[in-house]
Amino acid sequence: MRARAPERPKTPAAFLLMALAAVWMALVIVLPLVNVLAEAFKQGVQPYLSAIVQPDALSAIRLTLTVAAIAVPLNAVFGIAAAWCVTRFDFAGKGLLLSVLDLPFTISPVISGMVWVLLFGAHGWFASVLEASNIKIIYALPGLVIATVLVTLPFVARELIPLMQDQGTDEEIAAVTLGASGWDVFFRVTLPNIKWALTYGVLLCTARAMGEFGAVSVVSGHIRGLTNTLPLHIEVLYNEYDSVGAFGAATLLAGLALVTLVLKTLLEWRFGDELAANRRH
Amino acid sequence: MTRSVAFSRRWLLKGAAAAGLTGSALSLAACGQSGEASAKTLLNVSYDPTRELYVAYNKLFAAKVKTPVTVNQSHGGSGKQTTAVIEGLDADIVSLALAHDIDAIAEKGLISADWAKRLPHNSTPYYSTIVFLVRKGNPKGIKDWGDLIKPGIGVITPNPKTSGGARWNYLAAYGWAKTHGQDPAAYIEALYRNVPVLDTGARGSTTTFVQRGQGDVLLAWENEALLALKDSGAKDFEIVYPSLSIRAEPPVAVVDKNVDKKGTRALAEAYVKGLFDDDAQKLVAENFYRPVSEAVAAQFTQTFPQLRLLSVDSDFGGWKKAHADFFAAGAAFDALQVKLNK
Amino acid sequence: MTVNATPTPGAVPLATEGYKPPKATHKARVLPGFGLSLGITLTYLSLIVVLPLAALLARPWEHGLDGVWQTISDPRVLASLRLTFTTSLLAALVNLFAGLIVAWVLTRYEFPGKGLVDALVDLPFALPTAVAGVSLCSMYAANGWVGSLFAPLGLRIAYTPLGIFVALVFVGLPFIVRSVQPVLAEFDAEVEEAAATLGATPLQTTLRVIVPSLAPALLTGFSLAFARAVGEYGSVIFIAGNMPFVSEITPLLIVIKLEEFDYAGAAAIAVAMLSLAFLSLLLVNALQLLLSRRGRA
Repeated sequence: MRARAPERPKTPAAFLLMALAAVWMALVIVLPLVNVLAEAFKQGVQPYLSAIVQPDALSAIRLTLTVAAIAVPLNAVFGIAAAWCVTRFDFAGKGLLLSVLDLPFTISPVISGMVWVLLFGAHGWFASVLEASNIKIIYALPGLVIATVLVTLPFVARELIPLMQDQGTDEEIAAVTLGASGWDVFFRVTLPNIKWALTYGVLLCTARAMGEFGAVSVVSGHIRGLTNTLPLHIEVLYNEYDSVGAFGAATLLAGLALVTLVLKTLLEWRFGDELAANRRH
Repeated sequence: MTRSVAFSRRWLLKGAAAAGLTGSALSLAACGQSGEASAKTLLNVSYDPTRELYVAYNKLFAAKVKTPVTVNQSHGGSGKQTTAVIEGLDADIVSLALAHDIDAIAEKGLISADWAKRLPHNSTPYYSTIVFLVRKGNPKGIKDWGDLIKPGIGVITPNPKTSGGARWNYLAAYGWAKTHGQDPAAYIEALYRNVPVLDTGARGSTTTFVQRGQGDVLLAWENEALLALKDSGAKDFEIVYPSLSIRAEPPVAVVDKNVDKKGTRALAEAYVKGLFDDDAQKLVAENFYRPVSEAVAAQFTQTFPQLRLLSVDSDFGGWKKAHADFFAAGAAFDALQVKLNK
Repeated sequence: MTVNATPTPGAVPLATEGYKPPKATHKARVLPGFGLSLGITLTYLSLIVVLPLAALLARPWEHGLDGVWQTISDPRVLASLRLTFTTSLLAALVNLFAGLIVAWVLTRYEFPGKGLVDALVDLPFALPTAVAGVSLCSMYAANGWVGSLFAPLGLRIAYTPLGIFVALVFVGLPFIVRSVQPVLAEFDAEVEEAAATLGATPLQTTLRVIVPSLAPALLTGFSLAFARAVGEYGSVIFIAGNMPFVSEITPLLIVIKLEEFDYAGAAAIAVAMLSLAFLSLLLVNALQLLLSRRGRA
């Protein structure tokens, strides 16, 4: 079995399809992005730069990175564990488990924020415990993290499961048969095979975690400089009619996403041979 | 194979370790910061348009109390902020768009029920009113509330269910109709037939009107209208003062339960009391809110024209009644929406 | 469908077409880590997904079944559900075709700047939804770049249900493209060549051979895009106009209830919305099952 290699478009049909795709991408994705950039640089480079180094903007960036730095590794470890048990073993209730895994995709971000208030708010299930121990979850960093974790939970697992399903287990079983320990198998056989899918899942998860708005908006408390993440800070600036600041901050998120995604493409291209060699042994 | 395995293993371990370390270091730093500062930190939870005012006032306050103090600010829709404080947002001070929102917090036992009596003027250090912002030259000739229900006039106002400001708009319109011998319910119905967009907040409505070019007239807080005028250099818009409007009073209160827990009562009370001092009142006027101090108001008669103003307490029987009549679930506004879409 | 399932000499001969993982209940469970990985998965899912959803499900009942029914059967809630689900459905359908074309072009053709275009597909994942909403609204308003082209035709986009549709198309596109792309990339070239040898035109090959085998991936992408659209809030409220009965989406009604401190009402609408979304997804899954059965027969 071999996949078809991409080729230069030759037929009229190919050009028509490319034109259609180009128009659609332009209308739906490129124009909104260009618009964000145009608004950000409306008054030139200097106001743009001063907008993104304001202390409130910097603290929002720091908070956003902190939230992502906690939420993404958690979801990555979970994603690997979930993919391992779902693709390597058969057990009762696997279908149910997969449906629960997909649930966060179907939950409105508004609800993803609200459920944490129901649990940890001053009138929530755990209110008395939290009050007694003086732990703050909602309107503080932990609330932002768990809301983000819930929204981005399926990304890594969903990237890994189809790949690991396809790859099968023969290499791993071979390693075990030859006496390798479980962790050895994981680090020497499984991980090299899934590292690109893992990277991609982690990147998506990171991008989504940093851009999340609806859910964190419910649990943030909107304290400037303390609990406003970058997307929330953007909303604040926009509400202050500071469109240069708002869109300037938005370019950071868009830029970050583009850089990581282009980086991923480059990595694949650079290490593509190694990857192929890996797969062929 | 071996090389790439080593590479990927290092890569993973390094990545995980780095991420974990940064994460915990940053969160530790964050904790340390808030823990150390908590003795001299106040949190003022307010609604959207007061940010510039409180940035200025916080500086003044910090200079006054001499001890280093940080006042953190949280701004958002008044209703949303109310919910957050009820659910445990650690506000020392609330400064919301209407008394009803502070009443809601008081009902949950966070603020003493007599909060409005604790400071002068029903605990409102500034007030504003509802005015019309129209496009330059007033092409549709809008002079008063009666003009808003003419056919073909687009009226921009936010949704009173989510916006405090929109409730003042609603009450002002209702009050005008009532005092001018019209059926207020019929007038309100005609008015909302002319509303093409219901934004969730006052700032959203201003953007819709100013930047997106929707509608012919924006019902706005006077302070918002003056700010929009200042930002656009008064070349695109003008303000129309109707014959009658409402005294829109955004009150302030100390959140008793929170300040007692945090030991910040003295500081928080000084903060809200200081808002009534003449230097603070001057900041209030410079940020386009009407000052309650008569001495300061006398200096700003140019900015704030005299206007007949209704009041919620004497003309609508207080917020509790006004809310139950018009804005509660299933009350007049909800019923109107059903009617408009039959 | 695999590119790399080359049998390794000396390995237990398990991996073939239609690979089935070994039964965990079976005595001969070769691979380790079942307990650990399942333990992590279940604990994590329980804490992050099941527990909060339980809190949500438990919340609406304080006024009994009647109270819930009253909240949900409110004509305004029903109108918002109708609006949310129809615009989401339409946006997902349009993206089904557009996404297929984009995925096709990205996998089949070589052209300069392809890497960038490929990366751009993921932009809606990363851009905060509120930014997307603001940007789309300023473009599609009657005085915006795109809106001003349509305004002379009497077509208003921003502040109408059409605006909601535009925002939902934006958030949904990557789901379709990313679901279809890998399957298309690994599609067996021999099948296509065989079809061509048998005298099929390229169009026939595409419609009769390739698209049917893409159906499961298309359906997956469709259901993800649809589910995402149903819950979308940030990008929609800026462009929708939010008029009750006309352009008011269900998540906004939930927010309104929350701001009235009516958690029971908010939870009731949330549960109704989730159940409807689930039913739709179940329907899609059933369809998928049907398709795969027919494909095998």
